[in-house]
Amino acid sequence: MIGDPIHPPLLEVAGLTMRFGGILALNDVGFEVRHGSISALIGPNGAGKTTVFNCLTGFYKATEGRIALHTPRAAIDLIQILGQPFQASDLVNPATFANRLYYKMFGGTHRVTRAGVARTFQNVRLFKEMTAIENLLVAQHLQLNRNLVAGLLQTAAYRQSERDALERAYAWLKVFGLAEDANRLAGELPYGHQRRLEIARAMCTGPRLLCLDEPAAGLNPRETEQLSELIRQLRDEHGVTILLIEHDMGLVMRLSEHIVVLDYGEVIADGDPHTVAHHPAVLAAYLGTDAVNDDES
Amino acid sequence: MPPVAAASSTTRVHWSLVFRQAVLEATAAFALALLLFGPIVGLVLDGYQVRNELQRPLLIAAIIAAGRFLVTLAMHAPTGQAALERFNARRRQPGVLVVNASESDRQRWWLLAIVAVSLTLPFLASKYWLTVLIQAMIYVLLGLGLNIVVGLAGLLDLGYVAFYAVGAYGLALGAQYLDLGFWSALPLAAMLAALFGGVLGFPVLRMHGDYLAIVTLGFGEIIRLVLNNWLEFTGGPNGVSAPAPQLFGLEFTRTAKDGGVPFHEYFQISYDPLHRFIFIYLALFLIVCLMVVVVTRLRNMPVGRAWEALREDEIACRALGINHVLVKLSAFMMGAMVGGIAGVFFATYQGFINPTSFNFFESALIVAIVVLGGLGSTTGVIVAALVLTILPELLRAFADYRVFAFGVLMVLMMIWRPRGLIRPRRRAFEVKGLCR
Repeated sequence: MIGDPIHPPLLEVAGLTMRFGGILALNDVGFEVRHGSISALIGPNGAGKTTVFNCLTGFYKATEGRIALHTPRAAIDLIQILGQPFQASDLVNPATFANRLYYKMFGGTHRVTRAGVARTFQNVRLFKEMTAIENLLVAQHLQLNRNLVAGLLQTAAYRQSERDALERAYAWLKVFGLAEDANRLAGELPYGHQRRLEIARAMCTGPRLLCLDEPAAGLNPRETEQLSELIRQLRDEHGVTILLIEHDMGLVMRLSEHIVVLDYGEVIADGDPHTVAHHPAVLAAYLGTDAVNDDES
Repeated sequence: MPPVAAASSTTRVHWSLVFRQAVLEATAAFALALLLFGPIVGLVLDGYQVRNELQRPLLIAAIIAAGRFLVTLAMHAPTGQAALERFNARRRQPGVLVVNASESDRQRWWLLAIVAVSLTLPFLASKYWLTVLIQAMIYVLLGLGLNIVVGLAGLLDLGYVAFYAVGAYGLALGAQYLDLGFWSALPLAAMLAALFGGVLGFPVLRMHGDYLAIVTLGFGEIIRLVLNNWLEFTGGPNGVSAPAPQLFGLEFTRTAKDGGVPFHEYFQISYDPLHRFIFIYLALFLIVCLMVVVVTRLRNMPVGRAWEALREDEIACRALGINHVLVKLSAFMMGAMVGGIAGVFFATYQGFINPTSFNFFESALIVAIVVLGGLGSTTGVIVAALVLTILPELLRAFADYRVFAFGVLMVLMMIWRPRGLIRPRRRAFEVKGLCR
């Protein structure tokens, strides 16, 4: 897969391999996510979709491979910033040694978010005993005035920063239709609202790439429809690129422009919805080889 | 619950069924009580003989059975049903209350009254009660500090007393080796304690829950054992004396010891040993007020929100770009710093410290204060600290049962108030023109 060097894709994944002991969870996975697209990652249960997500968002350190996020300023290596083990060659190359040491000490999952990748979780992970608006304030942590002295003395700059954060949080709540729930505890909200709040929280980090892990799981058809509208709105109006994992094929086919299909940790198809839907390997993976053979005969 | 419990107050209660039920339950309670108390109270070791005193467990079991019988009957009466319903309704409420800013404004007058009372109290109290009050305030400070670590950041720290010890020994040893006075030692000891907090925080960053509790427990014991065994430096079990505080060079002693002027001579009043304690009390009160303000502000600052978020869900925190390592360390260091300050006051008020003051029971007491007060609630922690230090003094006559009462209190609390005496509150946010 060779990208256009002048307009590189937002996310470039190549040769991604993940081993858990003797189990090969991902094998040489490669795909691209274009700027401003809605892409989907699908596959049967246990195909390794969430593993890919966890590698992308820095929760797993990939065994091998390259994940690059191309921001306007620079290409960021999402694996390097997690902190990698030292290698023998570092002994003769102090620059790489210093680099590795820096990321060993200060690197980690949070760096990936700072680079511009936000995510939601398959099982909603909200701060349940905090109010909805506080959930969004926590997400803006990095954009705020975090100076301890300024905060303790309540300086003008600090208060302004807090006011801005509050306004941003309300603005996002309104986008997601949650303004009424602002001061309710996140754990008390109805399930559909919790799902939306989690996406709102991810948006508050100011991401370039938003990774949604089964956003429609547990939603009824009407809520799913609203959600797909919302996702489209996020892309069109807020300029965020979206990568999602989803089991609801209707939603995936309607929403996404690019689909990557995984099976047994390998990419078996990659393309627009129409191509993927008629790809023999995809049919085989979902329906079984016999079904496809019967169909052909 | 038995089938009768389903009968609401509108339908008729089948008393014959209830009665049968009550008899059955009372019999079961009688048998269980006899089984439990029989060997404990019924067999008395007298010299080399075991004496049989079976009437005692029988009596206890009979009282228990009668109680059980009455409770069962009462629970099925309409009033009992209503009470049960109220109790269950309260348990179903969410653990956290969201309050508007205007509601918390109303508490301002209460606050003012409390401050006024606290400021006049030392001038009325006897020396004994003054020391009790100082001790209570020190525990308030400790509770506030540990509340940051346990209540806000959700990191169960069972070795908190270590930082208390570091603060106390910071003052005592600082005075002995570096000739530091109380006021210069206060910030230095606080910083030293914060440094120890960081040292402890670093290795335990990857741990959660039970493992964290065990490691911090070990850390607390290590500090105590070092203080106990490093004879040349800390004086070991013999302890060290700590300097008394001074007010701009004025000493609170009968005659000047450290080259200053005694307080009473400067103001031309007669000497009263109480002055020293009143001064410590007022300084401590000032620090406690300052800490309450600091902790309240910290809670609403980004770092405070990050602590709470970390308690709620560490994985989500990382996904939001929060460096959980720094957040945990800051919680440990902040908590340790407050503990250190409390230690300095403890040392100066005692005038002498040794390692026995910093055993595990102290840690457990501070954790109890935080849990009893309601994890994360500042008001709750203050109330719990006062209750747990002043109540034992009021109940001196029952001093032998102190730990027993403590345990009973904890068990009762877990049943009726699992979230602490005071329900944690959260501030509601309002944005003008945006929330309608």
